Amino acid sequence: MRAYKPKDNVQAKAYYTDRFYVAPQVPKTSVDEDEVFAADLEAIKAKFEVKDAYIQVEQMVIYINAHDIYGVLELMRDELAYTQLSEMSAIDWLAKDDTFEIFYQMLSMTKRKRIRVKYFIKNGEAVDSVEKLFRSADWSEREMFDMFGIEANNHPFMKRILMPYDWEGYPLLKTYPLEGDEFAAWYEVDKIYGKEARDIIGPELRDTARVDRYDSERFARLGHEVPKGTKITGDEPAVTQSYQEEGGVFLIKKLDKESSVVIDDPQR
Amino acid sequence: MAQHKVNYTQDGGLPIALTSVDKIVNWGRSNSLWALTYGLACCGIEMMASGASRFDFDRYGTIFRASPRQADVMIVAGTLTKKHAEFIKRLYDQMTEPRWVISMGSCANTGGMFNTYATVQGCDRIIPVDLYLPGCAPRPETLQYGVMLLQKKIRANKAGNAQKAKRLM
Repeated sequence: MRAYKPKDNVQAKAYYTDRFYVAPQVPKTSVDEDEVFAADLEAIKAKFEVKDAYIQVEQMVIYINAHDIYGVLELMRDELAYTQLSEMSAIDWLAKDDTFEIFYQMLSMTKRKRIRVKYFIKNGEAVDSVEKLFRSADWSEREMFDMFGIEANNHPFMKRILMPYDWEGYPLLKTYPLEGDEFAAWYEVDKIYGKEARDIIGPELRDTARVDRYDSERFARLGHEVPKGTKITGDEPAVTQSYQEEGGVFLIKKLDKESSVVIDDPQR
Repeated sequence: MAQHKVNYTQDGGLPIALTSVDKIVNWGRSNSLWALTYGLACCGIEMMASGASRFDFDRYGTIFRASPRQADVMIVAGTLTKKHAEFIKRLYDQMTEPRWVISMGSCANTGGMFNTYATVQGCDRIIPVDLYLPGCAPRPETLQYGVMLLQKKIRANKAGNAQKAKRLM
């Protein structure tokens, strides 16, 4: 039998606990075990400095210097037949040592091999764009800028790609709250109605476990509709009327001022 | 083929049916609810299915229009992102009155499962909503029922009354 865990406030509690969690690493092996990768590594090492290289899950991972990235990818594309840049992005290590880890996932269709090229940059530094080598880097680098704030030098259109242009903050940073910061919470209200509408519209309701007892009064029960503002008791008569004139058109044949009232509430 | 036939023994011999302005205006409005094509996410698939032959919205006079100028009802079918929020307001403003809004599915109602920084937590933060359809996604039957409820709501109201804005900015 499973041990009993108290389930108090389970839904209100965030389902992620540690946003700085680092997954355990898969075992690494030496590059010498694969002759294709060993030959590729030798070709790269002949021209550029390689800080570290290993094989992990049948893929070679190499660490290089940040300023070498354009040359390394050009060499891999033109001479080593790694003709596709499948994916590139960044990993946030700001909490550990104030760096970003940038990775480029390369694929060779002829060799049927994948190499991941990686390097570190300090927070605030820019990377060199590889958009001239791989067109796929165009949007990937824009996404990296959008999500992490890392700019790419020599990129033709260094703008946000997913978030609006006037967005503040970089959502994939580990310090960015999942439900958004102050700017994100009021973004659409501020933009459409202005800051003065915040009081009228009110804050976002983010608590998924929230139950509002007044919901039964704010929403009419189907088939038992009542005018707005009516106190709901639960025993409202069923509304069978389909057209509002049913039962005869209301006509005033003779107005008696004594028995009539003036209604001046426009929200009646 | 239909033939023009006048019964000269009834209604003073004239082809006349008497009704009230409210009734005939509401009859026209409720039976030609043209909807704005506004599929934002997966609910849009269900909305398309409702318009196609199996469920056939044309039976209710609900025809999807590609322009807000020609639409009476906006069916917000899907996740409303914060980037898109200004455009839903603009489209709503471009619709001619009288206009109605159906919020279709959990995402449009409350933000749904997207409890994130990029999603508007309910489209009623931006525009007034007449009808909320629950479901993720609601089946086409739900949308059909919703449109029929909206027809009922239109018929039960006075046609001459200007629509009261729930939130006037």
